[in-house]
Amino acid sequence: MEAFLGNLDKVIDGFSWTVRLTLCSALFSFILGVVLTAMRVSPVPMMRGLATVYVEGIRNTPLTLVLLFCGLGINSALGVALADSVKWDVFWWAVIGLSAYTACFVSESLRAGVNTVPLGQVEAARSLGLTFTQNLRLIVLPQALRSVVGPLGSVLIALTKNTTIASVAGLGVQEASRQMKLMFDQGIAPVIPTFIGFALGFLILTLPTGFFFGWLSKRVAVAR
Amino acid sequence: MRVRRISRIGTTVAAGAALLLAAGACGGAEMGGGDGGGGGETITIGVKYDQPGLGLDEGGNPVGFDVDVATYIAGELGFEPDQIEWTEAASANRETFLQQGTVDMVIATYSITDERKELVDFGGPYYVAQQDILVAADNDDIKGPEDLDGKVLCSASGSRSANNITEDMGIGAELREAGNYSECIELLSNGTVDAVSTDNTILAGFAAQSPDEFKMVNAPFGEEKYGVGLPKGDTERCEAVNEAITKMWDEGQAVEYLDTAFGETDFAFSEEQPEPEGCA
Amino acid sequence: MTVQNVLFDAPGPRARARSRVFSVVTVLAGLVLLALIYLGLNRSFGEGSPPLSSPEAWQVNPEGQWAAERWAPFLVAETWTGYIIPGLQNTLTAALYAAVLAILFGLVFGIGRLSQHAPIRWISGAVVEFFRGIPLLMLIFFTMALPLAVNQFLTAIGSDPLPPRTFQVDALAAVVVGLTLYNGSVLAEVFRAGINAVPKGQAEAAESLGMRRTQVLWLIQIPQAITSMMPAIVAQLVVLLKDSALGYIIAFPELLRGFSLIGTRYGNVIPAAIIAAAIYIVINISLSRLAIWLERRNARRGKASAHAAAAPGVQEPPTGPEDPAPAGPAPDGPGRP
Repeated sequence: MEAFLGNLDKVIDGFSWTVRLTLCSALFSFILGVVLTAMRVSPVPMMRGLATVYVEGIRNTPLTLVLLFCGLGINSALGVALADSVKWDVFWWAVIGLSAYTACFVSESLRAGVNTVPLGQVEAARSLGLTFTQNLRLIVLPQALRSVVGPLGSVLIALTKNTTIASVAGLGVQEASRQMKLMFDQGIAPVIPTFIGFALGFLILTLPTGFFFGWLSKRVAVAR
Repeated sequence: MRVRRISRIGTTVAAGAALLLAAGACGGAEMGGGDGGGGGETITIGVKYDQPGLGLDEGGNPVGFDVDVATYIAGELGFEPDQIEWTEAASANRETFLQQGTVDMVIATYSITDERKELVDFGGPYYVAQQDILVAADNDDIKGPEDLDGKVLCSASGSRSANNITEDMGIGAELREAGNYSECIELLSNGTVDAVSTDNTILAGFAAQSPDEFKMVNAPFGEEKYGVGLPKGDTERCEAVNEAITKMWDEGQAVEYLDTAFGETDFAFSEEQPEPEGCA
Repeated sequence: MTVQNVLFDAPGPRARARSRVFSVVTVLAGLVLLALIYLGLNRSFGEGSPPLSSPEAWQVNPEGQWAAERWAPFLVAETWTGYIIPGLQNTLTAALYAAVLAILFGLVFGIGRLSQHAPIRWISGAVVEFFRGIPLLMLIFFTMALPLAVNQFLTAIGSDPLPPRTFQVDALAAVVVGLTLYNGSVLAEVFRAGINAVPKGQAEAAESLGMRRTQVLWLIQIPQAITSMMPAIVAQLVVLLKDSALGYIIAFPELLRGFSLIGTRYGNVIPAAIIAAAIYIVINISLSRLAIWLERRNARRGKASAHAAAAPGVQEPPTGPEDPAPAGPAPDGPGRP
């Protein structure tokens, strides 16, 4: 444990990147996920088609490949630098990749949530003359969101763990698992305590998230 | 009903087990070399699979300078080419492979360092490479390591070459980490990084692939003594390897191999045998 | 009849006109996106490139990713026999081993969590929660470093390290162990939820017939649970297959690694990645279709094909490190109201 504690600054630095990646990607993937869901239930066939193709395509591609495209393909192809320093540039590309990928799962969860809203409610709203957007915004999505709090929590946990892949796949964000691998490779820390230390770090991030969302989902559950 | 249900579960489990067995039977399907283990009449050698010119997997068989050297040394040790089992030795797992005995020998751009000598034995060196810098063909700003200040330099995961410049030489280059050198080359070709720096042998291999796109600045510095990695404690094998290396240079085979690998590039490889270090 | 079908009325003339406008806008947005990708990968953006209004910018740039020579290697048989087919074989081998082992792992710990003995319940719960909360990549790295760990441990307690060749972990083993631990613990939750979802009366009736606890479990509960859990299990297996791509990081010669080697040999990293993605998408969508087919088949037989995950009392649906969606395949595209 000594060697692990001796490198505590590296460990903390690693986890700080993990947390930053998780929070930023969570925000963007949620927004994109809501947009995709709205498109997938919209009256315009083209929008439904585009959203479905996007979700099915990205969802079935390994995240490693999605990030590889972000790291090696798109960033330079468009000639856009997202930040002045390399560290932040790769960070933002990792956020884009993680968000693009996670949004598919947010959208899948939300769509399942939309299906839990009783038909009567939607029909009542329509009979009151609400348009599709009003219906979605005022009646369906609020209820759908409340019913998918639990699954969205799982998506967030999965996202937390997925940030480890940003350390490879052509991006090289120096997050927690990368720091662990470096410690293994350099032989500066005994393997088992190091692993347990990093594992605890991830459990500290994921377990409370799970409990919180479990509690929240019961609390906001729509009584039917 | 009950019986039918149970027998169905039984069938499922049995089918699963059968599939597992079948998978075991075809589990030997690996790219290139076998899965190590060695022993018996074969020798297992770890080489790079992803470095053009040195060790590159060409649809199942590694080819390159390291591979030629390995074949020669194995021949001197009494193994015919068909008795060699190739296995991929990535930078990160070379020590582990030798310590575990997964491979008998590692010839994979493996530099002799004091740190590594604690863990494994080295025969050779069989070649001394120097570090150099690869830039885009139209780049005239970078002429040596000191010009890298403020530039973006690609570093391959598990390699120390980039750290030599930023830490040991104290030059303020920004590092962009990629999985391996071919990812670095991709980043260099699309302009995300300004330069790739590592052993000139490795760079020459990539430069040879697309000569119009990249050029080496030819400002070599430092030295990387490529050794033959061996499990710790086998002095006899180590001596035999050193004899083989000397013979390979004396017969002129070494230069021939270098010429095959790099002859078409402007990389001026050294034609002298490096000073043997002797076995501890 | 789902909600998405009744969100809007059957379109009248104005709605149809509006829908057409939106369709055109969507198609245009999609085309702009495709053009951006095409031009970007064609290197039409950097300095000194022709302006986008000129036709040169749209021609295939020999230095760009669409140049024929970058794609030509995929027309050579050797590329397929040397890298892709062995890679696919290795991917499937690893996935198959891991799938069978993960199902066993899931059964053991899922049933363990339902045990009447508290210690067994606790231990199973701890194991499942631990492996579910840790990134798969870390599990793989740790398994790779296990021989080193054992030797460090032996040295620490004062005995000699193991002689070479007695204990080795190859890349296949590391991938299989990582995939098994992670997906096994997710499957454990699926099994637990599935067994819990079998109506209580079934178990009570069986007990009243004098069956022992194991008999109730194996003869009554599991057979009923299995059919309803099938879609969730298959969905998790898709996750497993997709995650096996992580083997590329530790140089396990699977499909993605094969493409990485192709990229190195021919200098076509991006085209190789595009073809790799296409292959993964085809395999995974076929597996997902299998899950949907299984579900429909169950539905026809009048089985409530409730997703184990959606069973009451379970907060979390099965999730994958790369596939956090609730494992519920839904019919594609809404029908008309």
